[in-house]
Amino acid sequence: MSTAASDPKIDEYAHPDRLVTTAWLAERIEAGEVGTPGGIVLLESDEDVLLYDTGHIPGAQKIDWHTDLNDPVTRDYVDGEAFARVLGSRGIRRDTTVVIYGDKSNWWAAYALWVFSLFGHEDVRLLDGGRATWVAEDRELTRDVPTPDAVDYPVVERDDAPIRAYQDDVLAHLGKPLVDVRSPGEYSGELLHMPDYPQEGAMRGGHIPGAKSVPWAKAANEDGTFRSRAELEALYQGEQGLTPSDEVVAYCRIGERSSHTWFVLTHLLGFEHVRNYDGSWTEWGNSVRVPIEK
Amino acid sequence: MTDERAPLPPALAEIAEDFSSVSQSDRLQLLLEFSDGLPPLPERLAGEPDKLERVDECQSPVYLVVELDDEVDGAAGDRTVHLHVQAPAEAPTTRGFAGILHEGLDGLSAAEVLAVPDDAPYRFGLAEAVSPLRLRGMVGMLGRIKRQVRLKAGLL
Repeated sequence: MSTAASDPKIDEYAHPDRLVTTAWLAERIEAGEVGTPGGIVLLESDEDVLLYDTGHIPGAQKIDWHTDLNDPVTRDYVDGEAFARVLGSRGIRRDTTVVIYGDKSNWWAAYALWVFSLFGHEDVRLLDGGRATWVAEDRELTRDVPTPDAVDYPVVERDDAPIRAYQDDVLAHLGKPLVDVRSPGEYSGELLHMPDYPQEGAMRGGHIPGAKSVPWAKAANEDGTFRSRAELEALYQGEQGLTPSDEVVAYCRIGERSSHTWFVLTHLLGFEHVRNYDGSWTEWGNSVRVPIEK
Repeated sequence: MTDERAPLPPALAEIAEDFSSVSQSDRLQLLLEFSDGLPPLPERLAGEPDKLERVDECQSPVYLVVELDDEVDGAAGDRTVHLHVQAPAEAPTTRGFAGILHEGLDGLSAAEVLAVPDDAPYRFGLAEAVSPLRLRGMVGMLGRIKRQVRLKAGLL
């Protein structure tokens, strides 16, 4: 079941088993391997919580970054018990191959994949190009919602340290590579959110001192698919001078766009020490007496 | 604990009641119905973005315009309000918010629309279902609708 996608572009990446193509997924669906007991579980993770309900890839189930993966009270991710409930209810076992896709160039899909990684779920992959590519290729969508039998997912303690940075970690990290993946206007401090989005959420604008501005979108093609390994190397290792052994922290506004960059650095380029600072600008830009650069 | 909040107009109150009487997942289905049911712009407004106001608080390109019937022997506050909203199919949550406001406000008098409390979007039990962050778009829409009514009815 865990056959790699085997696609010339994907085979170039450091961890080719983390990305699948729409053609691969369509074949697996055709073969009855998606959403069937013991098969691949396909999840849609979107910015818009209703988008899945308007039509989705056959066999896909919805997972929502807010209502499924965030703790409802504390600003944190769910704990091991809640995570086990969320995954078990979707028919996911610890060894299940999970493929995630979503809207907005897979930001929320990458974010969900990153949260799955906090719990060490081994086989979780993104669909290259996400929802938009599937739709652009005129592939089938359905409003039928699967009803899988719940299975047991073990209660696993979340292990944040390797891939998640807290504010204190970032303070201790100052001087080492930081990647600000927000838009240029947010980086300069002129905007507090992406252009055309509500300008909410921070008392101060600017960026974390020393952070380099590499907007997430530079890692994606127009159609939302990831750029080739050579293009990504030219961007991060060439232009930005990062090396795969560097300790890197990526951040954005709430950690979703930087999950996209975390995925690129970790799985497509093989960087070994990348952490996502999910507190991001909504924490840093509101904190008292943390250093800011404009 | 008594509810000290200003009341919603009847149509909006009924929608709020419908939402609060169902489970979280059914709330999303209900919101999807409002999304599917949002009427398209009338022909004279379609393709005329200059005649509409962009709702910056929404995460998707959403435009709206308020039109008022002419005054008939009455006060400006009696003029009937017509609401037109355009929101993309890729943003069903926002479309759902627009659908709720359309069904709840279209056809009310200017004075009735202006009396709608600004926290109305928080009264549908949607904060838990869609997350509080996502409700900001609806707050923005309501604020802009009221501002346009105030301006166009001359009730400043």
